[in-house]
Amino acid sequence: MTTGMKTVTPELVREHSLTPDEYGRIKKLLGREANFVELGVFSVMWSEHCSYKSTRAHLKKLPTKAAWVIQGPGENAGVIDIGDGDACIFKMESHNHPSFIEPYQGAATGVGGIMRDVFTMGARPIAMMNALRFGEPSHPKTRHLVSGVVSGIGGYGNCMGVPTVGGEVNFHKSYNGNILVNAMCVGLARTDKIFLSAAKGAGNPVVYIGSKTGRDGIHGATMASAEFDDASEEKRPTVQVGDPFTEKLLLEACLELMATDAIIAIQDMGAAGLTSSSAEMADKGGSGIELDLDKVPQRETGMTAYEMLLSESQERMLAVLKPGREDQARAIFEKWELDFAVIGFTTDTSRFVIKHGGAVVADIPVTALSDEAPIYERPYAKRAPVTGAPTFDKSKPVLASLEKILAAPDMASRRWVWEQYDNSVMNDTVQHPGGDAAVVRVHGTKKALAITTDVSPRYCRPDPFEGGKQAVAEAWRNLTAVGATPLAVTDNLNYGNPQKPEIMWEIVAGIDGIGEACRALDFPVIGGNCSLYNETNGEGILPTPAIGAVGLLKDVTRMATVAFKRQGDVVILIGETKGHLGQSIYLREIEGREEGAAPMVDLAVEKKNGDFVRGLIASGRVDTVHDVSDGGVLVSVAEMAMAGRIGASIGMAALPEAAPFWFGEDQARYVIAAPFAEAEKIVKEARAAEIFVAELGKTGGDALVLDDKDRVPLARLSAAHEGWFPRFMAGEEIPATN
Amino acid sequence: MKSAVIVFPASNCDRDAATALEQMTGTKTLMVWHQDSDLPEVDLVVLPGGFSYGDYLRCGAMANQSKIMGAIKAHAGRGGAVLGICNGFQVLTESGLLPGALMRNAGLKFICKQVGLSVEETQSAFTRKYDKGQTISLPVAHGEGNYYADDATLDRLEGDGRVMFRYQDNPNGSARNIAGILNEKRNVLGLMPHPERVVDPLTGGTDGRGLFQSLIETLS
Repeated sequence: MTTGMKTVTPELVREHSLTPDEYGRIKKLLGREANFVELGVFSVMWSEHCSYKSTRAHLKKLPTKAAWVIQGPGENAGVIDIGDGDACIFKMESHNHPSFIEPYQGAATGVGGIMRDVFTMGARPIAMMNALRFGEPSHPKTRHLVSGVVSGIGGYGNCMGVPTVGGEVNFHKSYNGNILVNAMCVGLARTDKIFLSAAKGAGNPVVYIGSKTGRDGIHGATMASAEFDDASEEKRPTVQVGDPFTEKLLLEACLELMATDAIIAIQDMGAAGLTSSSAEMADKGGSGIELDLDKVPQRETGMTAYEMLLSESQERMLAVLKPGREDQARAIFEKWELDFAVIGFTTDTSRFVIKHGGAVVADIPVTALSDEAPIYERPYAKRAPVTGAPTFDKSKPVLASLEKILAAPDMASRRWVWEQYDNSVMNDTVQHPGGDAAVVRVHGTKKALAITTDVSPRYCRPDPFEGGKQAVAEAWRNLTAVGATPLAVTDNLNYGNPQKPEIMWEIVAGIDGIGEACRALDFPVIGGNCSLYNETNGEGILPTPAIGAVGLLKDVTRMATVAFKRQGDVVILIGETKGHLGQSIYLREIEGREEGAAPMVDLAVEKKNGDFVRGLIASGRVDTVHDVSDGGVLVSVAEMAMAGRIGASIGMAALPEAAPFWFGEDQARYVIAAPFAEAEKIVKEARAAEIFVAELGKTGGDALVLDDKDRVPLARLSAAHEGWFPRFMAGEEIPATN
Repeated sequence: MKSAVIVFPASNCDRDAATALEQMTGTKTLMVWHQDSDLPEVDLVVLPGGFSYGDYLRCGAMANQSKIMGAIKAHAGRGGAVLGICNGFQVLTESGLLPGALMRNAGLKFICKQVGLSVEETQSAFTRKYDKGQTISLPVAHGEGNYYADDATLDRLEGDGRVMFRYQDNPNGSARNIAGILNEKRNVLGLMPHPERVVDPLTGGTDGRGLFQSLIETLS
């Protein structure tokens, strides 16, 4: 046997991204020098990616509880109760660094990884979403990255037969050297059939299931915990290769095994593979674990213990079974033609013991890999939020600006993207991509889940706190806009290097903003993921705390969509418009500037307005709603008109200035449309409840008419809106930088 | 009408097909594992959509080597109805039960969208409840749906009235806009669009119902 043992030197410690202090701590915990295998184990378990050492102290401040929360953060995914014995299990996770180096496989394995997190808990995945951020369209790599990431997501999700029902795509120069690929998976289980990862008890068999272990992805977790530089593309061998076919078999086999009562604990092998799955299971179960690597199914010969422990080969799971159930489990995995091997057992020693070739190659106290991992209260440098209202050119014609905005890279239709995702497989997709939130029916019931991902990174650099708040508020608003009751959140925090005090401040303020909004909206965080060190050559990304959120529609027939449905409906704006142009799409796309204060969210108003709108949908009085976000009111109205292929004639008398009203990004607003008699009642009720409400006009015709004088045909707006993405991807258009 | 849905490794529209059949017939659909060698006694066999064997080889090529295929060929040979949807259509062309082949989409990308189809023929167990020339809207979701056959075969398909559905706006480069064809004995249909996804107004429409109603009327 080859141990591949090297002597641990300060140089080797540094290569493993551990500081001298951290190595000192390791020696103290072991009571001796670590060997090479143990150093590898510590390097991944103490990596930012696995240990959350920079953020853990702050993440504790997030609200995680509510009556409907079954499982909060700490497991593979969070779980909420959606009534009738049904549970919804979901999580969002990043795969940023791998996707930049190798976009197809990076994105594909991101999808595969998050699906395993959800089905390892006993859920059948029913919907996928993804939040993608790319560099500016004119950057030479952007088109290649968009193309690779989108086909990677589709390639994996389509084969799995789980619909990809929406998400976000943004472009900004801060992502030129560091794209973000955040994938979210939502699954369904029964509340009494949820599987956790606590490997309780001693002497229980530990079984390895799924694909064989190869040399791919070694040190992926460590890579995800470092900044990028120009040589990062040489890290391609650290990117894993996905096999969705095997994952599909693994899903079906696991669900079949879960239908028995053979499992004590189960966990997928994600970042840091066999090491983190086994150590975390032992840690949560308060037990020890002993594994014999000679029994691990291997794809190639001559693998060392170090390689096997750190491999991130995909489509693998680890389970602890009740003693004597091995043959029952083996039969299921053999039916699905997957590897199955008993590779160890749980112990009562509280130690993580690894054998290879008959020798012990690692022997570490379990808690040294979990609770004893360093936690840093990293210093941060507060900075005052950017304030002030920007100036703007008052002579610009409103409808020409609208047309330009609808064709802007961040605003144009994403049809080119989502037509590459199977969004209707499983036959339960009620709202497809393109609405405020996707709606997926709970199979065989009249209930449905609403799902969204949101964040406006352009608000988060000038004001990290308000930006974090706004991301949560917008997610809540999008769920509300389809009629769902928002239930819970998963946060995917993408930031730069936490060792820089100004970046650490963005992280701390962002988490505080998220926490404040989640508390005010009764919208607990049930899981999440941090991706730090998103920097290339010292340039950090915009702070991007992506929020994935789920809500419940008790009766899916009481639902709203964005499309105008009838001629002659009254178009109503709910919520106050002061005309906030700071950091707006209008300012960026029409004036070419990113300036001013980010919009503030008044959470009490947010809640009041949202509850009012949701009430209208739930009582069956309103079926046409769109939230107001990027681009402001006029963009919302235009999107409703394009979706329904029905025009509108709108206007607002006595405006001092047109642009702030039509394009301002004030928060807590919705546009709704309803027949005249209903609309009159709604306006009266809103006023009685002291909710700002304004009648904008009426639906009808095939154009958008403003103030009875200016008009633009819908066909022209649609052509602009639909045209940008395909033209860009075909290489016909390289727009100016944003 | 009794029906069975074949489950290959990584079939993923098997449940959808079964749900649609159960909704339309009111009776339980049998799920048949690819390693079985016998079919239960049924009127209709469905080869569902998905990515059998990951489609790592030519789509449908591995599934065609499955144990169950012998029984399916025998069922078809006896005149039993076989419906192949998407990946199922690919399996049927690989097996020789239907002529031609399905190649990579002309645009080289996976396409998922609702497409307009014209119902070309109503003289079949699969389409009798539609009107000839009727336009229906079904979703496609495939990367390799570009139907190809040589001109002589295409002429024969058209001459025999075996082109059942054509795309109104060809999404994948298929020869003569062909979306679905019948075999010579008119008991085996393969099509790329998904009728099983359009039997419920809430999830995309009801234009797929006609196909199932046709089968029920013919086979019950």
